[in-house]
Amino acid sequence: MLELRNITKRFGDVLANDHVNIRVASGTIHAIVGENGAGKSTAMRIAYGFYTADEGEILVDGEVRPIESPHDAIALGIGMVHQHFMLVEPMTVAENIVLGAEPGSGIALDLASAARQIRALSDEFKLSIDPRATIEHLSVGQQQRVELLKALYRQARFLILDEPTAVLTPQEVEEFFAILRGMREQGKTIIIITHKLSEVLAISDDVTVMRDGRVVGEVKTAETNAAELARLMVGRDVLLRVEKPDAKSGETVLSVRDLVVRARDHQPRVKAVSFEVRAGEIVGIAGVEGNGQTELIEALAGLVPSSQLDGQVEFQGRDITGTSARTRKELGIAHIPEDRHRRGLLLDFDLMENSILGVHYRPPATAGLGHTWLDNEAIRRRTNQIIKDFDVRPANADLPARSLSGGNQQKLIIGREFDLQPKLLLVSQPTRGVDIGAIEFIHSKLVRLRDGGCGVLLVSAELEEVTALSDRLLIVHEGEIVGEVDPKQATTEEIGLLMTGGKQKNAEG
Amino acid sequence: MRDIFTLALLFSAIRLATPLLLAALGGLFSERSGVINIALEGLMLAGAFTAASVTHYAHNPWAGLLAGICAGVLAAGVHAVACIRFKADQVVSGTAINMLFLGLPALFSGALFASSGSTPQIPKDQLIPWTPVIIAFVLVPVTWYILYRTAFGLRLRSVGENPEAADAAGVSVKKIRYTAVLLSGALAAIGGAYLSIGQSSLFTRNMTSGRGFIALAALIFGKWRPVQTMLACLLFGFTEAVAIQLQGVKMPSGDEIPNQFIQIIPYVLTIVVLAGFIGQSRAPRALGLPYVKEK
Amino acid sequence: MRALLRELAFPLVAVIAAFIVGGLFVWLIGDDPFHTYSLLIGSALSWPDGVGYTLFYATPLIFTGLAVAVAFRCGLLNIGAEGQLIVSAFAAAWVSIKFGGVVVDVFGSPLNYSWASLPALLLLPLSMLAAIVAGAVWGGIPGFLKARFGSHEVINTIMLNFIAAALVSYFTQYYYKIPGDPILQTAPIGTAAHIARLGRFIPGLPERIPLNLAFLLALLACALVYVFLWRTKWGYEIRSTGANPLAAEYGGISVRKQIVLAMAVSGALAGMVGINEVLGFRHRYYEGFSPGYGFTGIAVALLGRNHPVGVLLSAILFGILIRGGIFVDAFTDHVTKDLVQVLQAVVILFVAAEGAFRGSFGRFSLLKRSKV
Repeated sequence: MLELRNITKRFGDVLANDHVNIRVASGTIHAIVGENGAGKSTAMRIAYGFYTADEGEILVDGEVRPIESPHDAIALGIGMVHQHFMLVEPMTVAENIVLGAEPGSGIALDLASAARQIRALSDEFKLSIDPRATIEHLSVGQQQRVELLKALYRQARFLILDEPTAVLTPQEVEEFFAILRGMREQGKTIIIITHKLSEVLAISDDVTVMRDGRVVGEVKTAETNAAELARLMVGRDVLLRVEKPDAKSGETVLSVRDLVVRARDHQPRVKAVSFEVRAGEIVGIAGVEGNGQTELIEALAGLVPSSQLDGQVEFQGRDITGTSARTRKELGIAHIPEDRHRRGLLLDFDLMENSILGVHYRPPATAGLGHTWLDNEAIRRRTNQIIKDFDVRPANADLPARSLSGGNQQKLIIGREFDLQPKLLLVSQPTRGVDIGAIEFIHSKLVRLRDGGCGVLLVSAELEEVTALSDRLLIVHEGEIVGEVDPKQATTEEIGLLMTGGKQKNAEG
Repeated sequence: MRDIFTLALLFSAIRLATPLLLAALGGLFSERSGVINIALEGLMLAGAFTAASVTHYAHNPWAGLLAGICAGVLAAGVHAVACIRFKADQVVSGTAINMLFLGLPALFSGALFASSGSTPQIPKDQLIPWTPVIIAFVLVPVTWYILYRTAFGLRLRSVGENPEAADAAGVSVKKIRYTAVLLSGALAAIGGAYLSIGQSSLFTRNMTSGRGFIALAALIFGKWRPVQTMLACLLFGFTEAVAIQLQGVKMPSGDEIPNQFIQIIPYVLTIVVLAGFIGQSRAPRALGLPYVKEK
Repeated sequence: MRALLRELAFPLVAVIAAFIVGGLFVWLIGDDPFHTYSLLIGSALSWPDGVGYTLFYATPLIFTGLAVAVAFRCGLLNIGAEGQLIVSAFAAAWVSIKFGGVVVDVFGSPLNYSWASLPALLLLPLSMLAAIVAGAVWGGIPGFLKARFGSHEVINTIMLNFIAAALVSYFTQYYYKIPGDPILQTAPIGTAAHIARLGRFIPGLPERIPLNLAFLLALLACALVYVFLWRTKWGYEIRSTGANPLAAEYGGISVRKQIVLAMAVSGALAGMVGINEVLGFRHRYYEGFSPGYGFTGIAVALLGRNHPVGVLLSAILFGILIRGGIFVDAFTDHVTKDLVQVLQAVVILFVAAEGAFRGSFGRFSLLKRSKV
């Protein structure tokens, strides 16, 4: 039995795990579900010794065991398959598997005997992996099985799998589940972290539901259903309300047809989506994070090289498919990026310099011959205007952006983008890490922009937020739009089910 | 007559390739672990000066060689601490080490030998003209074996490619990187010592004259693999031997053959290889990145 | 004011630490560190020779320091300033010879090196431009290689340093050396391309001191770099790229273009060293004229926080070290001018490791301003 008792973990100001208690019985498949950021992975990384907990203890077979590094965890029979595989790509399967637990003496590495052992394990658990193959030549599904072998080779009794199906095709998922069931029969204990309810129901014996760093439910899989789990997972105590008049939508500003966005590794992240955004409406995109929303917005903002794109994007009837980010801004497409530190701000630059990012090359930011010179007077006026209109505090244009709180940083970005007087606003996670007061302020600003005739495409991981703000709501799952609902009528369960890919599964079985 | 000329040229090429090879193999350990080592030049100088000085006083080249190795390890230790402990930019730190050992030997030789940067002549019977050559070329299969057939080599490669994966597998990234960088100091120092107490019989100011960088070029040209790196070193050694051989030789037109064009071959080749014109030379993926573990 | 003090605090600590480590070495080789340092600083600040030579040695370091700083601001490490200044010095010499009406007497017969003889008003700007353009090209190459092929600018600039040295050495030796000259140097440049020494204008400063108008050009370059980086849209784009390439991209800035631009500007600045050396001092290209100005530029830039004012101050500090080093060499028992090299190295090591003290691990975290 593996037990986490009162585990608490902070990352800076963020409470990732708040007195988490999880008990996993031996010989079972135990699912831990929750939205991204619910603290599932953190808890399991603590169990594997990758992080150390600030408080609490871990018990293995009823005894308190200190786990300070993966090394300790491995010694206790705990193995983990991370969401991002921990594999060294140019090396072989056998090399990856023995790494850190090498057979043979220090002088000679006995890879041959290791390979034999790996082959035997592979046969035993029906993994069909060739120990001599090089990782980078294997499919994602095969790489995952290498990760399993790695844990099995170390004689893991407890296997922690972090979002194991995220990278698999439906067929591969079936195969993978068969493997897991086989392992359970051999006496292994499996902990599977996921946000896909259909899979939870299909594979697990017990479920622990997490939300906001806390455990909010523990149930037997046989005694629950998708609707209950969805409510536990996404339900929140406080319901957000945004006062807004009905949308007076006008003509189409954005029209997306069969858009495919591939990552650098050629994997499609957005799979042929088509939709429209009209002037004066907010179209929300709901979905568990990591289902292609980021890629979609970046592609629409002109930040994805056209070699990674297929399909067509039209803005006000004009084909803008291969155009640059600068062109799109000039046409009137503003963008509030999901990660303000990564994309949206120059943290060490002052507010004045941040207020002109994207328009720094043209008046009013510049003046003189060829618009060469930064016009500091004009920039200061503009910055102060944004500071005033968007209530950025402290109201000092000379401060570096880094010194502002998250909410004020966000207000600065929103002010900057609104100042473009956009016809279309792409906005991702507008209120992430923002205090309550600022959230309301940002929401009302978004609604006012809409009422001014701007089309808004809103992505948010906060279900209440998209539901409250949107006039139409699209739901994405694994890079596809799986449904459109009327946010005024749809229930949380309904949306939650769509988001987690539950509905289709339920319909089938 | 013709044959003797080629054989002499070949020996000359091997001797000239030796210091490059030693330094390049040193660089190989460091860079395969993920630590950029443009300090090879300085590490060689540290080894060369210390070896010559100690040989001069002890009248024993082996004591000199050993002292040179110690100096190289010490110098590499500074680089290692800066890069691994303090997460300094590896290129900046390497540049500093190079400067340091341009200055220190000169400073000390002024005090010890009242010279401006060189050590006294060492008698011929106290030189080691061939041993380092043998060491260098024996080290090629040894390095290959360590890299691909030992647990240490496996860990080294994994740390340079994907330190997070190595960490997750229970490997100490720090320990491996320290070992690798110190090892690179030892090997580069042997290469330097060979210059001062093998090929010549004294240390002179900046006697490496860019060999550390050519070794780095050979390492890149050899795609960070021992055998290919050796071949690259031999190629570069050969070009240097040809350049020496052709010094003063007149072309039919009566002009001398400019050896500057032969000298730049290694550098041009490196740029071409890096741009991906001749196959792909892929650096270890984590090269230059300090490993910062989230806590 | 407090921000400024904080900005100055770490460089000061680094310099003091370097002096302590250097003093240790001085003591180790049997000299008195205090005596050595007082000699070093005293000789470098005496009037007129000390100050004159200090500023003369500081001039190339201002240029290379600015060069490295501009590249740093774009997130690039230009350790190729050395090659860029060699190419530039030769280019300046070449133009001043080709268009300077240079005729040399070789064993009694005149040898004409020139195509034309331009007046100073044309020749001087042309030669200066040649130096700047040559540097920009030689710096732009690794920039282009990085933008186009993604190859690391550090390795490429190192390689280009050697290639520059070899090529220039070839042209000097085979085309522009006066037959019979035992030194590897070109023929003298046309007198129309000479830059006046400051001694001509400043009373009390003898004209034998090679400090020349290029020093004023260096001061001007500091001002221009400041204006370029902080007052123009191009500077904004370069700095944004260095501070956060993803945000720059989001702001519609072509990161690749900035890499090429920053490296070219960096090379052009390094190239101005050729103006000081060839047009202002030696009046010919002389192989090995640079004792590593390009590399010292890294120390100057790091210590100067990659800001033109900081670069100016730290270049003067290193000018003091070089001038004082020569004096120390002559007037102590053991210490040689190589002490300067050691001090430089230790300064770089301390400043490089500083990122860790500030708790940020970005590649060039040194550049980042401190929190207010």
